[in-house]
Amino acid sequence: MSARRPGEESARASRRMFLVGSGVIATGLLVPWYFAARRGPAAGDFAAARGPGLSANAFVHVAPDDTVTVWLPKSEMGQGIYTSLAQILGEELDVDPRRIRIEFAPVDAAYYYPGMPMQFTGGSMSTNTSYEPLRRAGATARAMLLAAAARRWGVASASLGTDDGQVFGGGQRAKYGELAQDAGALSPPRNVVLKDPANFRYIGRPLRRLDSAPKVTGRARFGIDVMRSDMAHAAIARAPAFGGTVRSVDDRAARAVAGVLDVQLITAGVAVLATNTWAAQRGRDALVIDWAPGAGADLSLDALRTRYQALLRGAGQVAKSSGDASAAIAGAARSLDVEYELPYLAHACMEPLNCVAHVTGEGCEIWTGTQMQTTDRAAAAALLGIAPEKVQIHTTFLGGGFGRRGNPRADFVLEAVELARAAGRPVKVTWTREDDMRGGWYRPFGLSRVRAAVNGEGRPVAWHHTIATQPVLRGSPFESLIPAGEPDPTVAEGAADMVWSIPNLHVDVHEASSPVPVQWWRSVGHSHTGFVVNGVLDELAQLGGRDPLELRRELLAGKPRHLAVLNAAARRARWGQPLEPGHHLGIALHESFGSIVAQVAEVSVEGRSVRVHRVTCAIDCGFVVNPAGVIAQMESAVVFGLSAALYGEIGIERGGAVQSNFDDYRILRLSEMPFVDTLLVASDGPMGGVGEPGVPPVAAAVVNAIFAATGKRIRRLPIASAL
Amino acid sequence: MITLEINGARHELDADPAMPLLWALRDLAGLTGTKYGCGKGLCGACTIHLDGAPARACVTPLAAAVGRRITTIEGLSPDGSHPVQRAWTELDVVQCGYCQSGQIMAAAALLADTPIPTDAQIDAAMDGNLCRCGTYQRIRAAVKRASELLEAPR
Repeated sequence: MSARRPGEESARASRRMFLVGSGVIATGLLVPWYFAARRGPAAGDFAAARGPGLSANAFVHVAPDDTVTVWLPKSEMGQGIYTSLAQILGEELDVDPRRIRIEFAPVDAAYYYPGMPMQFTGGSMSTNTSYEPLRRAGATARAMLLAAAARRWGVASASLGTDDGQVFGGGQRAKYGELAQDAGALSPPRNVVLKDPANFRYIGRPLRRLDSAPKVTGRARFGIDVMRSDMAHAAIARAPAFGGTVRSVDDRAARAVAGVLDVQLITAGVAVLATNTWAAQRGRDALVIDWAPGAGADLSLDALRTRYQALLRGAGQVAKSSGDASAAIAGAARSLDVEYELPYLAHACMEPLNCVAHVTGEGCEIWTGTQMQTTDRAAAAALLGIAPEKVQIHTTFLGGGFGRRGNPRADFVLEAVELARAAGRPVKVTWTREDDMRGGWYRPFGLSRVRAAVNGEGRPVAWHHTIATQPVLRGSPFESLIPAGEPDPTVAEGAADMVWSIPNLHVDVHEASSPVPVQWWRSVGHSHTGFVVNGVLDELAQLGGRDPLELRRELLAGKPRHLAVLNAAARRARWGQPLEPGHHLGIALHESFGSIVAQVAEVSVEGRSVRVHRVTCAIDCGFVVNPAGVIAQMESAVVFGLSAALYGEIGIERGGAVQSNFDDYRILRLSEMPFVDTLLVASDGPMGGVGEPGVPPVAAAVVNAIFAATGKRIRRLPIASAL
Repeated sequence: MITLEINGARHELDADPAMPLLWALRDLAGLTGTKYGCGKGLCGACTIHLDGAPARACVTPLAAAVGRRITTIEGLSPDGSHPVQRAWTELDVVQCGYCQSGQIMAAAALLADTPIPTDAQIDAAMDGNLCRCGTYQRIRAAVKRASELLEAPR
């Protein structure tokens, strides 16, 4: 037996070696599956599926045994949405969130974002977009329970109240479960009155995580833990260079490995199916594959850098232009012309990518930790040529996401579906760490050239900012969000709309391309611009002989929220006061995803070794549902940003990634962990995001502190390579 | 057949003695609390106890585990009440949670050996356990809290 194409009869595939023309395998995959997503089915009938009791809507069910279940429309990848959404719904339902049973929602139109026909988790907008819908869902169920009690007791609904899962009034009292069946027979009210926030019991107060119990006992089920009966374990050999394809494969040695069941050729490469993961990996190692190099086989990062540098010398698509930056620079007292560089970065989720799929005559079932259920389903349906409703996705806990588990091409889902169809049984594809690290879909590599100037008083008067990088929305399911004729907004976000008052600002963008696939990485374009803008600001402070904090204050005049955040961080970090000998401070502030974050890094430098001792982090994210969750996300963002700033780098040689595991792609270790001191700055601003906004300022705060310590200006990350 | 003692129970596994313990635990014994992260002993997600000492299951062949007491996260306590698990819950340590089985097993081994560890001992014992969500600050605090819980009368 030898590897065979999916669907090919085994008798036809009995050759020991075979050739595959490049491109043949891909046929049938490049369908416009996003359009299928737009035609997605309407919201399902949940009452029938959820059994007796009250099924007020897609989000909540009250069973006669008093179990209250909430279906989460968002994926839990560590950001704490599991807790805060239960908190929101529990508030209006009037049930202690700690007693709520939580399930991950199926894929359904009922779970789309308001105004966006898609079920996904990203953009730091889970809490603010779910806030109203989940409050309404809880309030609706509560109103139905009150109405059921009023009927039973022959009193007016308005004379009754609720108290943590019970209806009471007129000397009577009943648990929600006792009323659930009656309430379920009623029609949901069209309008419900939401609570006065002054009466909130749970929202706005710190609530401990509701997913600790399963996660401290090993019971939490991640995608990689899913087992199905008769399931095969698979490992896939992937091209060493991006865009490479299989020319031929000799699988004799692989098939001889104990436990190996089969070898299949699929679009992603050559898959070895086995009775356990280890056998699949050993079988894969025994494959002898002749790879046809793709278009990018000669690519190196050095070549890409040269290409981007050439782009920076010309004018790009204009993202923002106010005043006349070029003229102002030409006539200014002092000016600078600098180039910043940020590397490709892997998401490096602790749980390597994986997916379980089972394709039958009835349809397809998928078990995985995904951030993008709607497009995953549409892609699977298109591949199989079936209706999206025939594809079910069982979302598990995600062992980290950071954007990687929301792949615009559903890569880790589609390959499992394709393989499961060929195998005719449930299949789990587990990526090795090396597969995950070398598998692409990185945070884009990018260069920025900034020309800027200060006047005689040292005040910045002009900023001309040119960016060359690969865009992430272009070519993705979200491309329609790009206004016609404009550059991909994720490239210039944080620069074109910078918070600093600069009278002459010009931002232009070169949308570059490369064979290296890229996608969103926690904080997306802001991960570039938060660093570049705050780095250049410090350079302008130096150029004009100004204190970096004082200059920032001046450029935020008239913005009280921003000033409050900046001052809170600076004060807490003891800016301008004596520190321990050898310690130095750097500051950065960035607004993204509707929230403002300022950070002060306290560092010391010895030779080429940087130690970050403390990061003071102030955030104004508007109204807060769970303050404990916000603090945890700031700590998380600081570590994520520090790993990238200090060490993060995916190099490209011969068309593939240089790094492969945690020995050459270092992330911060516990002994390197600074103390993160988080301040929540209260405001009446609109509810902002929390998962991402803590990342963009980190690298700049550290680099600015290194400048204070050494006088060396770092314009290229990671710091470990630049210092 | 290979006989292993996992969490106090005998398991007969039909497996190659060279198979890493990690995959035998996960795929053959169905104990998925022990996680795969790197396959090379670089990240600590697969930390288990062998005769009470921390070990990386991803680089421990089955042959090396025969005749030894294997403890996984599932066997640390019957009900999640080990002082380390209680401290982890109290201080909201977990985020995505994927690395936490390994973190908890590493912390439990440290405290079994050193009930009142210094900061430097905590750093040294936990440094090989990577966390991408950045829970390190709380891990440090929770190891100390667990140490208090261990010392306090139950």
